[in-house]
Amino acid sequence: MSFKAVSREVGGVTVIDMVGRITLGEGGDLLRELIEEKMRSGRKKIIMNLAEINYIDSTGLGELVSVYRQMKTQGGELKLLNLNKKVSDLLQITKLYAVFDIHNDEAQAVASFRP
Amino acid sequence: MPSKPQRIEVTLETLIESIALAEEIGVRVAVAAGFDEDGQYKIGLSVHEAVMNAFQYGNEQQREKKIHVLFELFPEKLVIHVTDQGTGFHLADVPDPRHDDNVLGHSGRGVLLMKAFMDEFDVQVSPTGGAEVVMAKHCSKQISQAS
Repeated sequence: MSFKAVSREVGGVTVIDMVGRITLGEGGDLLRELIEEKMRSGRKKIIMNLAEINYIDSTGLGELVSVYRQMKTQGGELKLLNLNKKVSDLLQITKLYAVFDIHNDEAQAVASFRP
Repeated sequence: MPSKPQRIEVTLETLIESIALAEEIGVRVAVAAGFDEDGQYKIGLSVHEAVMNAFQYGNEQQREKKIHVLFELFPEKLVIHVTDQGTGFHLADVPDPRHDDNVLGHSGRGVLLMKAFMDEFDVQVSPTGGAEVVMAKHCSKQISQAS
């Protein structure tokens, strides 16, 4: 399934629900544009909901890192939500699990942002 | 004596679509060989990563260059060769993305994933000078050499 992303607001936090694959040529550009748009409009607390992301390759992992770096540089905060086993394993192997703030519960993820 | 491996060879153009195509072929070969779902995913992703490297770095997205993929089915393992027409590279030069200095970098994750998902992994220089990724997945049961 091709990549799709829809954003919603929950308690002052932007949650981006993503579906499909994040690979070379699939998802990365759209994701970066969406994050840039949110940051430009002052939305600096973002959760990426990966529940429906069923496949990520090394380029996709690189895209997540790029977004993380971009947001950090601009004073934003990014959290990941609902990783499935495959995605979780990839983050463990690459040690990115220690970089991202990862949650399994949306309410907890929203509450974890600094006021 | 071990029997001759069953061989499946594919030559692909250097196109982004070739990555998913090679992955799909890899998964089909893994299914035919009797790997479970986890093995099929790991073989598919490893083929995806190797062909993506060939597309991006080896052949530098030059369509006229070819990516050659060879699957060899032995009774105890599946061996996969992915060869490009670039200038080759040495594994020692690939940064380890797990190191603190590299964890937010851009390089090395594809090689790391292939090493993690396959039981054998090496990069050699092909006779034409390009990179040849050689990787293998062992099977707990004897691989079925389906026709």
